[in-house]
Amino acid sequence: MNGIINEITLISVVSLGAVGSFAAIILYMVAQKFKVVEDPRIDLVAEKLPGANCGGCGLAGCRALAEAIVKAESLEGMTCPPGGSDVMKDIASLLGLEAGDQVPMVAVLRCSGSKHNAPPKVTYDGAMTCAFAHSLFSGEAGCPYGCLGCGDCVVACAFDAMYMDAETGLPVIIDDKCVACGACVKACPRSIIEMRKKGKKDRRIFVSCINKEKGGVAKKNCAVACIGCGRCVKECKFDAITLDSNLAYIDYNKCTLCRKCVPVCPTNAIHELNFPPRKQRPEVTEQAEAK
Amino acid sequence: MNKLIISGSPHVQTDESVKKIMYGVVLSLVPAMLVSFYFFGLAAILITLTAVVSCMAFEFVIQKYLIKGPLTILDGSAIITGILLAFNVPSSLPLWMVVIGSAVAIGMGKMTFGGLGKNPFNPALVGRVFLMISFPVEMTNWPKPIAFSTQLTDVVTGPTPLAVMKEGVSQGEHVADILPEVPGYVNLLLGNMGGSIGEISALAIILGGLYMLVRKIITWQIPAAYLGSVVVFSGVFWLIDPTQYVDPLFHLITGGLMLGAIYMATDMVTSPMSHRGQLVFGIGCGVLTMVIRLFGAYPEGVSFAILIMNAFVPLINKGFKPKRFGEEVKHG
Amino acid sequence: MKTFRIGGVHPPENKIAAHKPIEVLPVPATVTIPLSQHLGVPAVPVLGKGDQVKTGQLIARGEAFISANIHSSVSGKVLKVDDMIDSSGYRKKSIVIQVEGDEWVEGIDRDSTLVKECQLNASEIVKKVHDLGIVGMGGATFPSHVKLMVPKGKKAEVLIINGVECEPYLTADHRLMLEKGEEILAGIAIQMKALHVERAIIGIEHNKPDAIKHMSELCSHYAGITVVDLEVKYPQGAEKQLIKAAINREVPSGKLPIEVGCVVHNVGTSFAVYEAVQKNKPLIERVVTVVGRSLKNPSNFLVRIGTPVDALVEAAGGMPDDTGKVISGGPMMGKALNDLGVPVTKGTSGILVFDKDESFRKPVLPCIRCSRCLNVCPMGLEPYLLAVLAEKDRIEECELERIMDCMECGSCLYVCPSGRPLLDHIRVGKSRVGKMIRERS
Repeated sequence: MNGIINEITLISVVSLGAVGSFAAIILYMVAQKFKVVEDPRIDLVAEKLPGANCGGCGLAGCRALAEAIVKAESLEGMTCPPGGSDVMKDIASLLGLEAGDQVPMVAVLRCSGSKHNAPPKVTYDGAMTCAFAHSLFSGEAGCPYGCLGCGDCVVACAFDAMYMDAETGLPVIIDDKCVACGACVKACPRSIIEMRKKGKKDRRIFVSCINKEKGGVAKKNCAVACIGCGRCVKECKFDAITLDSNLAYIDYNKCTLCRKCVPVCPTNAIHELNFPPRKQRPEVTEQAEAK
Repeated sequence: MNKLIISGSPHVQTDESVKKIMYGVVLSLVPAMLVSFYFFGLAAILITLTAVVSCMAFEFVIQKYLIKGPLTILDGSAIITGILLAFNVPSSLPLWMVVIGSAVAIGMGKMTFGGLGKNPFNPALVGRVFLMISFPVEMTNWPKPIAFSTQLTDVVTGPTPLAVMKEGVSQGEHVADILPEVPGYVNLLLGNMGGSIGEISALAIILGGLYMLVRKIITWQIPAAYLGSVVVFSGVFWLIDPTQYVDPLFHLITGGLMLGAIYMATDMVTSPMSHRGQLVFGIGCGVLTMVIRLFGAYPEGVSFAILIMNAFVPLINKGFKPKRFGEEVKHG
Repeated sequence: MKTFRIGGVHPPENKIAAHKPIEVLPVPATVTIPLSQHLGVPAVPVLGKGDQVKTGQLIARGEAFISANIHSSVSGKVLKVDDMIDSSGYRKKSIVIQVEGDEWVEGIDRDSTLVKECQLNASEIVKKVHDLGIVGMGGATFPSHVKLMVPKGKKAEVLIINGVECEPYLTADHRLMLEKGEEILAGIAIQMKALHVERAIIGIEHNKPDAIKHMSELCSHYAGITVVDLEVKYPQGAEKQLIKAAINREVPSGKLPIEVGCVVHNVGTSFAVYEAVQKNKPLIERVVTVVGRSLKNPSNFLVRIGTPVDALVEAAGGMPDDTGKVISGGPMMGKALNDLGVPVTKGTSGILVFDKDESFRKPVLPCIRCSRCLNVCPMGLEPYLLAVLAEKDRIEECELERIMDCMECGSCLYVCPSGRPLLDHIRVGKSRVGKMIRERS
């Protein structure tokens, strides 16, 4: 009895061992033959990157960016929006390169057409995707530029930095989580979301409307539309505001955050974010904060 | 005036719904159910009830407390899973095993994949095969059918006709000598044989199948390909050696073939989409069933055949597309 | 009875207004005439604010090859040339005219006597059709002169006339065939001359037996024109399906009907061609079915282009209180309107008024892979798959699955027991694939 068990054990050990060794030899030979010599620095660079594969750099993912950086031997034109300057400086010191200064950016929703400001005139009853709603009609409120509220941007956000506010019907961007990868900008069929400079102490001033229709037409659909009156342009001493086809735009590179334009807007279309409350017109600040 | 409603075209939709389809299937199962109640009596009623109730209960619990999603237990799909699971077990199976089978069918077979429409395998068969492997003795203990029986225990049990045949042939007996040991063809057709609760009466199942065909709940492709390939496969062997292999009719009306071909293989969720794919799927099921019946360890192979083919469905869907319009240019 | 082979559905027909003769709707106070009523490049206005126009006068010229001229449907003063809301709620350039009297341009024969003989040659006919702004009146509004010019190297063999009207509710073509059958046949004869074909087939679905009988009788006076009785199945009015049903030829994927020697025109277009060539009348009015379950007086109206939709609904008995949806076109392919001031255009075949309870889509449930969408797709596509791929933005795979073959007939969404918005997603996918293809070239 014992002999038989021993024999079985022996046979199994020998045969399995032989199969294993054979496979190992083949694997080793194949690995040698098809060895890909890779710059070891790619791994080092990739380790420094956030690893979210968000595509904000314009490449297929973090590894692709690492390969591109090592291959180019320069950081020119390479950015990592989620990582920001710190990561790029890290990589620069690793590779002995110069890192350009990267301005922190954040996504900004340039529409305030909430259910309150732009009451819906019709009811949409179809697939909850902005891409289709945009091709079907001008929107529940009738504004052909405004937010459709189906949340394509929220779906596109890989960082949980956005959610739909059921109260207003608009998406909300959580500044602390936003890494400025730009996925929402691409997802929005109406290009409502813009990447803007994060600003000193996160303070930002922007026109929360992209409607290019004539003032009267825009105002009919939405109480807080930019009507292109140009008062803010006159008020701005730094030439930061331009008026193009009935729409004011604030250049965040020229804006000094003086806040003079905010109170002059007759429709409260200019928003200020993260400023201390001011005395004269607190309601504007409140509304902006609510955004 | 009301707010106008905007949606993309088309603006009309059929009044067919998931619920109507599912309850259509339940309705079509009634004849087979009545036959099982007739032959296996109270035990069959109890098992069917237990299976349906526990399937619905497990679906409810999982949807409410684990997924925390919408409750859809009334859409009828859990009822079908329950009935089909009950149909696939012997009437002498202890009820607690039925409950375990339901838990596996709904929990493992359906909800783990995300619920209705997302499961790759037929949930009832998953439950059945789990029971088959876990409790092989209880699952192959077939009570003999007795009309209007109210007995719950101490029933006379015996093997199924397929098992008798397999056993006999493997011991070198001739088919012609074994045939008298099993019920005659008319009895087999009506369901007067040992077997799982719902699979016994080919006639009642065909009746239900016809109803589903008329209601357009199933298409003819899968049952036809399945049964057809079984006939061809068994027919070839029968013609070669009628002493070792029984005739195709015997294979058609015994075991779970009819139930499998008409109810299990045609499950919309786990079968291919295109007609061509459905034919391939049916043939695959038929061939595998016969391979297991003739050469495998089990006397019956329907469950395994369908589950194996379920796994191939995504591949079949990729490989067998419907005929596109304008594919071939024809002048005429 | 003939029909096409792959797919198709049969929604409830609801041809409520089939027995109502065509009524002439009074000219409204103002008309809004969009400059893009046809497929292709919008027309360019040739006059401005304050100009006086007469009925039938050219007001915008279609300068590109695939474009169409637009004529004033009324006489009066141009109020403005501005962006006006169209059926989608977006603003498109339009000409707004205040109506003053009804003075017609000279040279238009408004007499209703039938003129059968056509003295013009083929190129003169095409020029006339081009000048007078005729477009396909079945809904796609493809400029007709383009279709009447056979491209080099191709030969037209059969002219197929679409009298199918497979959309539920609509009866405009049906009435036109009954009341203007002679004119339609004369129009067909003119188009046959322009295309140099000997054979024309009028396809009519079996649910219009009076039209089949009437047209068949009239056809006996014309050589080469026959009527074919078709089984009732949607979307038989689609070009490729109609060709398949009528003469059993399959237009290859991505190709035009001329590839198999066919040209397809609508009966409404044939009537417009007749009026243009024989009566010198531009396309300034059309038959519109106004219909709905709760409408007091469902009707078929002869309407001037540019008439606002609410004027039509008013004439049909007024908007019912419980209205949920107003659709321009048929229930399968029409557009839901979000403003009732939008005008009737050359492609408006009907105005549908739905009650609230029939206006909402079914609740969306999970796909149970029942394969019904696959079985009804007339192009043999897999709508369930295309919808998922499009939703996940996997557009390369969408293209491989031939999403561009989809003609958006809506059979898949109609038949889905789970009420899934398949076509909504497929449309998004189509537009993305289309963009990708354009960028590639």
